[in-house]
Amino acid sequence: MSIYDKYEVIIGLEVHVQLLTASKLFAPDSAAFGAKPNENTSFITLGHPGTLPCLNEKAVEYAVKMGLALNCPIRAYNYFDRKNYFYPDLPKGYQISQDKKPICGAGFLEIEVGEETKKIRIHHIHMEEDAGKSLHDQSEKYSMIDLNRAGVPLLEIVTEPDMRSAEEASIFLNSIRQLIQYLEVSDGNMEEGSLRCDCNISVRLKGTEPFNNRAEIKNMNSVRFVRKAVEYEFKRQIDLLESGGEMKQETRGFDANRGVTLPQREKEMAHDYRYFPEPDLAPLHLSKAYLEEIRQAMPALPHELRQKFTKEYALSAYDAGILTETKEMAAYFETVVAHCPHAKMVANFMINTVKAYLNDQNISIQEAHIPPQKLAKLIDLVVNDKVNRQAAQKKLFPQFAKDPQQDPEKLAQTLGLVMEKDDNFVLEIIEKVLNQHPDKVKAYKSGKKNLFGMFMGQIMRASGGKIDPKAGKKLLEEKLKE
Amino acid sequence: MKKYTKLTEVQADLKANLLTCQALVKAYLSNIEAKKSLNAFLEVYEEEALEKARLLDEKIQKGENLGRLGGLIIGIKDVLCHKDHKVGAASNMLEGFESLFSATVIEKLLKEDAIIIGRLNCDEFAMGSTNEYSSKGPVLNAYDETKVSGGSSGGSAVAVQADLCLAALGSDTGGSVRQPASFCDVVGFKPTYGRISRHGLIAYASSFDQIGILAHSVEDTALILEVIAGGDNFDSTTSCVDVPAFTEKLQKDEKPIYKFAYFKEALENEGLDSEIRSKIEERLKGLALAGHEVEAVDFPIMEYMVPAYYVMTCAEASSNLSRYDGIHYAYRHQEAKDLQNVYTQTRTNGFGKEVKRRIMLGTFVLSAGFYDAYYTKAQKVRRLVSDETQKLLEKYDFIVSPTTPTTAIGLGELINQDPVTMYLADIYTVQANLVGMPAMSLPLFQHSNGMPFGLQLLANKFEEEKLLRVGLELMK
Amino acid sequence: MEINDKLIKKLAYLAKLEFDDEAKEAIKKDLEQMIGFVEKINELDTENVEPLIHMSEEVNRFRKDKVEKLIEVEDALKNAPLKNEEYILVPKVIRK
Repeated sequence: MSIYDKYEVIIGLEVHVQLLTASKLFAPDSAAFGAKPNENTSFITLGHPGTLPCLNEKAVEYAVKMGLALNCPIRAYNYFDRKNYFYPDLPKGYQISQDKKPICGAGFLEIEVGEETKKIRIHHIHMEEDAGKSLHDQSEKYSMIDLNRAGVPLLEIVTEPDMRSAEEASIFLNSIRQLIQYLEVSDGNMEEGSLRCDCNISVRLKGTEPFNNRAEIKNMNSVRFVRKAVEYEFKRQIDLLESGGEMKQETRGFDANRGVTLPQREKEMAHDYRYFPEPDLAPLHLSKAYLEEIRQAMPALPHELRQKFTKEYALSAYDAGILTETKEMAAYFETVVAHCPHAKMVANFMINTVKAYLNDQNISIQEAHIPPQKLAKLIDLVVNDKVNRQAAQKKLFPQFAKDPQQDPEKLAQTLGLVMEKDDNFVLEIIEKVLNQHPDKVKAYKSGKKNLFGMFMGQIMRASGGKIDPKAGKKLLEEKLKE
Repeated sequence: MKKYTKLTEVQADLKANLLTCQALVKAYLSNIEAKKSLNAFLEVYEEEALEKARLLDEKIQKGENLGRLGGLIIGIKDVLCHKDHKVGAASNMLEGFESLFSATVIEKLLKEDAIIIGRLNCDEFAMGSTNEYSSKGPVLNAYDETKVSGGSSGGSAVAVQADLCLAALGSDTGGSVRQPASFCDVVGFKPTYGRISRHGLIAYASSFDQIGILAHSVEDTALILEVIAGGDNFDSTTSCVDVPAFTEKLQKDEKPIYKFAYFKEALENEGLDSEIRSKIEERLKGLALAGHEVEAVDFPIMEYMVPAYYVMTCAEASSNLSRYDGIHYAYRHQEAKDLQNVYTQTRTNGFGKEVKRRIMLGTFVLSAGFYDAYYTKAQKVRRLVSDETQKLLEKYDFIVSPTTPTTAIGLGELINQDPVTMYLADIYTVQANLVGMPAMSLPLFQHSNGMPFGLQLLANKFEEEKLLRVGLELMK
Repeated sequence: MEINDKLIKKLAYLAKLEFDDEAKEAIKKDLEQMIGFVEKINELDTENVEPLIHMSEEVNRFRKDKVEKLIEVEDALKNAPLKNEEYILVPKVIRK
């Protein structure tokens, strides 16, 4: 047992979710990504003298949705605070955030870690405005400031330090990303920065209670990096402690190229943000009716759909997981099942064949534009033994997908994939195959039962996939008894 | 040109063809030039004002109606943003800065055909009580140029006092419109918090600031208030309460009987000039004789108002002024070689002494370890003062007091003393800002030393109508 | 309340101001006075008093989520002390 096995890692995350509103949190400039530098600004965002913030109602709605989805109580009376510090990408010299009364209280998210379900507690969720961007590598003397991102609405989801492995942290992040996409509050795109997180990592000897000092790794923008950072920090902190060093609370950055965390510049004095209530904004008093309206309009959440799929459709947890990966996929699946009520078959088809197609084409189910009713028809052909499954998956669907407006049955006929129901046709082929391998037939009859599969394979091939394997099996069995 | 003290007089003369807008503007421009030494104006919009006047005269000739403020020549304090015009809060920090938008009040003034004749001097970032903390030099009192104008809206008060314009807009955070009005013999009016939009007002202390009006008459005050008041989507702290037709209401012939309260502590205050005290007491007796109820009440927490005021305003100011960092706009210290130096050198050189003092105090009361003892405590005191004032104003119509404990002091007298001495002079005016209620200073008195002083009235929230009515009565 | 050099240094750091020796002595004195003055509020009993946080009676002041382009890029950069066509320029955090 190595020294590392004596320790466990403690992880808490602060997840920043950029909201998909049209305009910014406190100003009407566009919140869209990708504009030319400083194009999406206004005198309000620039913090010009005499300007005041005005709260975007959609951002509040999204915050409530997020809180409800994470089982958080919504604070009916909540307000904003100023977080005071100086930085070039912070035009007002303070960030409008929520400190004393954040909009959502303590909740939780259940994640699936292998076979088990683990509850990760949420400490709170608050709203705040994003900062602009500073580019440091464009010039030697100067940093360049782009304020497009300044003022974009953010939700900050702060967890309790409940995660105990890099895997749990990455599953949690992926679950949050899935959740925000279901709620349509954010596109959760880590590369573009609409989902980022700070990781708080510490270690302690297994079986001990108190937490040790932690390192805060800021601005992680990929789940993979989070994993790496956790793994690196775990080792680094243990090495430090084991060699007699002291773990101090510190802020670090992650160097993606080298896969290591690095200390950020030591500040002589700690930040004192001097939070105080934002006097320029009216407080929020969210009525029960307002909250209820939002609750009613909530979509079904991933875990609810997973439960539904395993219960109602008797799917495996694994299959349910795949089919609920995105809201669109889940909705699509249910539409297909509505037209072809053989959930297991539909699931099988979607998970194996359709998904492979989507991955191959690098598109989503929405982008594929396959009318679910038509897919249902196609799968129906298999259910009704008109086309055998293999043929449907390997030949029919690919052709169908090229032009999904086609009628699958007609297409099957054109491709000659409709199975022969005529027993004579089948018997003919069986006889032909058996006659080709008389010695094998003898061997089978004298006990080598595993040759059955070989015969079936040959028969299926010879038939060009036009035989219903079930019927074929039966007839072959009878023939071999003769 | 004769001295106008009411817009109705101007409008009557315009209508009767005894006056043109251009002549009016020219007259004020020549007054401004003649009284340059008072240093009231930082910038005069000579061409612009004459051009606007010319357009208005054309309108008149065509028989068209002017807006409600047609004929009003007004000055604006250097804390009000006016699109494509310089605005500087009388600070080196904003030297050369041009605003990209106009304050809501400016847009409203212009819409009703007011002519903005120039930008007025004030204390830097509205912090001060004598206008001696301006980076552009002090404003002199027109009645005695060895005396201060008062502050922070010193330029606004003197401009009206010296007939450089008919009215002026200022800002009032702890008395900055009323106190100079008292020193300069004009009406000074601060509305209920939220009555007038702060969009475009350079912020000093967000929960205290309100734009105020300085004029010769209550009638002009009422009209301007009516035009510039109202809810604004750009300012979430504005009230959606209806703006009454103040002017119309004032024209009603009423003779109401009022209940006045005054604080024993106010008149017994050590710092109150004895002649001011006796003249005010005399006036109160007069009110009682005229049939009004006048009662002395105890207000033991009076002495805590100014300290609580300074804790909170400095705190808010320390944050509001963080945007002046030399990064995105305005002044940046050119020799600064790295980021930290851009900040500290810009701010150290760009801000004046008093501003820096208040930023330091504000930073202190908000900092970890002191927040509860100072800031939260001040918020609680504010609550107490609000509740007590509210209770009083449910019983009484007005709280009456002197506006200032003295008449205008001499230039250089206070500024070289410790800062606290100056703060103590705010004793009567801060209450209105602490509680967000409307208040007005009326130019009713002259001291034997030759200088004027005002009577202050405080009314309950959104009772501007009552306040204007009593002002009208008292000015008769 | 003792106003010492350490406190001045910390406050100046937070407020991004610097005081030379002479100015430091002056601000120390001033702050001592000012803090001594405002400390008076501690004499008042405010047990069970709720802090007054918001001055306006308004609640739920919302803005519709609609984009409005209030200015052009040129305006945004107009007042910047140092800029190029697209960005505001600022000296680097530490000059090497």
